[in-house]
Amino acid sequence: MSTLTIREALNQALREELARDESVFLMGEEVGAYQGAYKVTKGLLEEFGGKRVIDTPITELGFAGLGVGAAMVGLRPIVEFMTFNFSILATDQIINSAAKMLYMSGGQFKIPIVFRGPGGSAFQVSSQHSQALESWYAHFPGIKVVMPSTPADAKGLLKSAIRDDDPVVFIEQERMYGNKGEVPDDPDFTIPLGVADVKREGKDVTIVARSLMVPVALKAAEALEQQGVSCEVIDPRTIRPLDIDTIVESVKKTNRVVVAEESHSTCGVNAEICTQIMERAFDYLDAPVKRISGVDVPMPYAKNLENLVVPDVNRVIAAVREVSYMD
Amino acid sequence: MSKQTAQSPSAEEKSSAGVIDRPEEVNSQQLARERDETIERQKERLSGLDADTLIELYRQMLLIRRFEEKAAEVYVAGKIGGFCHLYIGQEAVAVGAISTIRKDDYVVTSYREHGQALAKGMSANAIMAELFGKVTGCSKGKGGSMHMFDKDIGFLGGHGIVGGQIPLATGAAFASKYQGNDRVTMCFFGEAAVNQGAFHESLNMAQLWKVPCIYICENNQYGMGTSLERAMSLRDIAQKACAYEMTSEFVDGMDVLAVREAAQRAVERGRKESLPTLLEIRTYRFMGHSMSDPGNYRTRAEIEKYQERDPIKLFSATLKEEGVLTDAQLEEMDHKIRAEVEEAVKFAEESPEPPAEDLYTDVYANPIDPSHK
Repeated sequence: MSTLTIREALNQALREELARDESVFLMGEEVGAYQGAYKVTKGLLEEFGGKRVIDTPITELGFAGLGVGAAMVGLRPIVEFMTFNFSILATDQIINSAAKMLYMSGGQFKIPIVFRGPGGSAFQVSSQHSQALESWYAHFPGIKVVMPSTPADAKGLLKSAIRDDDPVVFIEQERMYGNKGEVPDDPDFTIPLGVADVKREGKDVTIVARSLMVPVALKAAEALEQQGVSCEVIDPRTIRPLDIDTIVESVKKTNRVVVAEESHSTCGVNAEICTQIMERAFDYLDAPVKRISGVDVPMPYAKNLENLVVPDVNRVIAAVREVSYMD
Repeated sequence: MSKQTAQSPSAEEKSSAGVIDRPEEVNSQQLARERDETIERQKERLSGLDADTLIELYRQMLLIRRFEEKAAEVYVAGKIGGFCHLYIGQEAVAVGAISTIRKDDYVVTSYREHGQALAKGMSANAIMAELFGKVTGCSKGKGGSMHMFDKDIGFLGGHGIVGGQIPLATGAAFASKYQGNDRVTMCFFGEAAVNQGAFHESLNMAQLWKVPCIYICENNQYGMGTSLERAMSLRDIAQKACAYEMTSEFVDGMDVLAVREAAQRAVERGRKESLPTLLEIRTYRFMGHSMSDPGNYRTRAEIEKYQERDPIKLFSATLKEEGVLTDAQLEEMDHKIRAEVEEAVKFAEESPEPPAEDLYTDVYANPIDPSHK
């Protein structure tokens, strides 16, 4: 076991998979000589050379499509979006090409591509640079969507995503790149896609949280323990396909659920999770499912306003108390 | 950049005033002159080509023509649903270009793809069955007219978003270079696609990274109902390559041998130097944008004038005058081709639809069952 930051864990995953398979290559803006805008790709150009690690022009639609075309004929591209906000420019190629190719070709052309980069809020980067797009991409059959919250999850899931033969949208979180955790040293350590993780066991309330909300939920759970409430924190890790079974098993045990996300509420991933819980575990609920989301406004620049947008520990605590009818 | 075989823009094309609902009358004398000049040039190009090659070029063009005519017929009869974009009039472009590449080279194209699919080697049966939505279609009935694929012969589709195929083709060419083989990729798109950002992004990367992609712009002068004059500020498409320092050529798309020669130069450049080329190939579609298009934006007169430069009529005239084929042989070939197309319709009619379970297959290559525990 080693203690790594999420940034280091991702870097290791990229290094190991580039070394393991010649057909894997990495491209994106500043991934090479600049060492990566967020240093996730640090050192890779020096180790693997300019054929495998490619600095692209600022041309998201073009290089995303180039990646899909290369995947059609046998390569395994890792396409970095400097942030997922810029992936919006590439949406035509992700949704109309990557997601559809296998199906509309009658099974002939698989697209083993990974689109990765940070999504969601950062610190005061304002509305165009703070968006969480996982519900967009998770909407489309043919795409898999993964969001790690710890270094071990980041490494294991990224390796699996690269080895997966389908398009994977792999959304990291800029605020979390420096977060530390234990990571197995085994170079073949992977985590399967489509499997949720119980980050903390509990018996009174289930908190379903992803990405940035996982450490927030865990902090809230510690505080709530002092208040006499035992919380079970579940991190789906893969958004599509969603491991609803693990969530439902927890709901059957606790009968109360809070779902937390930093993204907007309207048509978000939590709306999907709430609906699936209602469909499968209605009879087990002792209270309505409580949904916490980022405030439904474009992200403002001012520090005090930004702090009002992203759900914090207090909001999670209040929600848990609410479904427990404690106040 | 060289200007090969081109006519300088006619008076019609130079007209630029405001929004025009119909283009001016085409200069019929000029077209007749162009036709005769084309035949003369074709005769010059004939030398050095064996009869078998010439006959095969002609056969492929005629097959596409008869196939598309039949597709129109069965579309009207309700056998084909959705969109159907026909290639009638443009046959020389697909046939001339694809005749220069190998089975393992790649072709990526738009939704107007039946011609390229046939030229690349897909059977009329597989294409017709796909149009009918049958499981024996090349895409198992899940693609339709716009999404034909055949991995074995390097036919990479069949794409519905205008210009969406251009980055894909760039990627296939990129991969060939990465993998160290000498395959080239041919990318077909219309002139209207040139206005999409994806075109510019792709050509920039292709020249920057030196990928063996041949960008073939089939300039049929109309993007659906909008003529080139109404859509493009600089209408000299071959010239746009200079923005990327890319080699380009302007080609007469009604002359299958002119297309072939330009394509050969581009293929050589791709294989030997791993450099891309932009070919602007001027052509014309005789039918509407699709079967749903009544074509109110062109005059009957304009269409009929361009039909005088029908690439199939031009080439058959050349072949007859040079003694390569007789009238009787041409007729026999047509007879055989019509039978082949009829056979394709029969095959499609008699094939089964995809089973209901196929609705759920091939969504993922590695499906993950969330209820796997």
